[in-house]
Amino acid sequence: MLLTKSLTSFGRYWVFMSRVFAVPDKWRVMGSRTVFEISKLGVDSIPLVMIISIFIGAVIAIQMQLNISSPLIPAYSVGLATRDIVLLEFSNSILCLILAGKVGSNIASEIGTMKVTEQIDALDIMGVNSANFLVLPKVVGFVLFMPVLVAFCIATSLFGGFAVALFTDIITVSRYVYGIQALFQEWYVWYGFIKSLFFAYVIASVSSYFGYYVKGGALEVGKASTNAVVTSSILILLLDVVLTKLLLQ
Amino acid sequence: MIEVKNVTKSFDDKTVLHDVSCVFETGKTNLIIGQSGSGKTVLIKSIVGLLHPEQGEILYDGRDVMRMSHDQVKELRKEIGMLFQGSALFDSETVLGNVLFPLMMFTTMSREEQLERAHFCLDRVNLKGADSKFPSEISGGMQKRVAIARAIALNPRYLFCDEPNSGLDPKTSILIDELLSDITHEYNITTIINTHDMNSVLGIGENIVFINKGHREWVGNMNEIYRTSNEALNQFVFATQLFQRVKQYVISHEQPHP
Repeated sequence: MLLTKSLTSFGRYWVFMSRVFAVPDKWRVMGSRTVFEISKLGVDSIPLVMIISIFIGAVIAIQMQLNISSPLIPAYSVGLATRDIVLLEFSNSILCLILAGKVGSNIASEIGTMKVTEQIDALDIMGVNSANFLVLPKVVGFVLFMPVLVAFCIATSLFGGFAVALFTDIITVSRYVYGIQALFQEWYVWYGFIKSLFFAYVIASVSSYFGYYVKGGALEVGKASTNAVVTSSILILLLDVVLTKLLLQ
Repeated sequence: MIEVKNVTKSFDDKTVLHDVSCVFETGKTNLIIGQSGSGKTVLIKSIVGLLHPEQGEILYDGRDVMRMSHDQVKELRKEIGMLFQGSALFDSETVLGNVLFPLMMFTTMSREEQLERAHFCLDRVNLKGADSKFPSEISGGMQKRVAIARAIALNPRYLFCDEPNSGLDPKTSILIDELLSDITHEYNITTIINTHDMNSVLGIGENIVFINKGHREWVGNMNEIYRTSNEALNQFVFATQLFQRVKQYVISHEQPHP
């Protein structure tokens, strides 16, 4: 029963995506809606990304110092480990799990509310491909802006670690700065960006799917929102394993 | 003219419409009436193509919508305007933005022409000075009028209204009814109104289709309805004492047929 339900949902998701990726009725309208979604889903997420990143960066630096303090390990390792954790996992996977909560629930509840208030029916009656009109700008806008969020996350996380070095005595500023530059591998940055693009697509498309197929009222919109966040998070974690295997080995 | 021929629609094991046939005439306010759960919303949604009946034909001036290709349906929908029960205005758009939307999506008009047409439609529904307001900032009656303005923006040939008076006070309901009736006659469009508002039935029902338990039970107009022998229809339309008195008054004051 569960398997049948899962397969049905999986099939319906791809049918939905085929409608989403149809040619837009008006490119100009699509363009302006994409800019609007970049602003709403991406730019509006910058403050949250910065606040979380600065604190997590600081915490990672402190924990690294506590865990790897040994005369055999050079002091700059704190900076190096902080940088690599941020680049490899926090700035993409963990950030996207957080954004699945913020952006995913926003998308699912917005589209779900449009569904139960017949706004989507109104679009369909007019002859507008509602899936394409509503979802494509969100997917494109969020995927396009995700690298910017990742870049903000990396910068502010490293700044969080720097603040620990500056305001506490657990590591010196010079050793931290040296550490975040030591043994730098550029591929790690690209690896983070590539993963984040997949995760952004999952967040925007899966949340839209759950919102679009809501039936009922406010209660169901809430459930759809929760399901969107949970499913997106699980898929992000699953993809994380697959992409890490493919990109790092 | 819209013809519905032998339409049957089921959900899982439950048949909601049983072999329904009826005709909705051009230039008239056509009403679909019936109790809640009788199948009238399913009928109107089947006619506009939001639901797909298992069998039957739905002809828009001879064009069978159930045999049209996707592109043909898309073209047909540009000839359709629809007023939803809850207005279905786009929350993120202003009043003007809502009326401009179909013009922006489906016409090659310049921005000035679009604005001129949108203002004309808003004036037609007696809505001035609310251009920049959002749907949440205006009353239910005003929302209905914005929805009507949006529905007529593209000069539709067919106008569908799903319970346009629900949630409105009697005075506003009458205004909406008069507006729909005036627009129907003025633009000679085929209007189908799904309602269980008795004021609408007796006020603007030029062609009434009564649906009961998924069956089309009666067809007539607002004058004929007073003399119907259909028991279910009598119980539905003249359920209150007020309407029973209206019926008695109308029958007793009617001129005898020669």
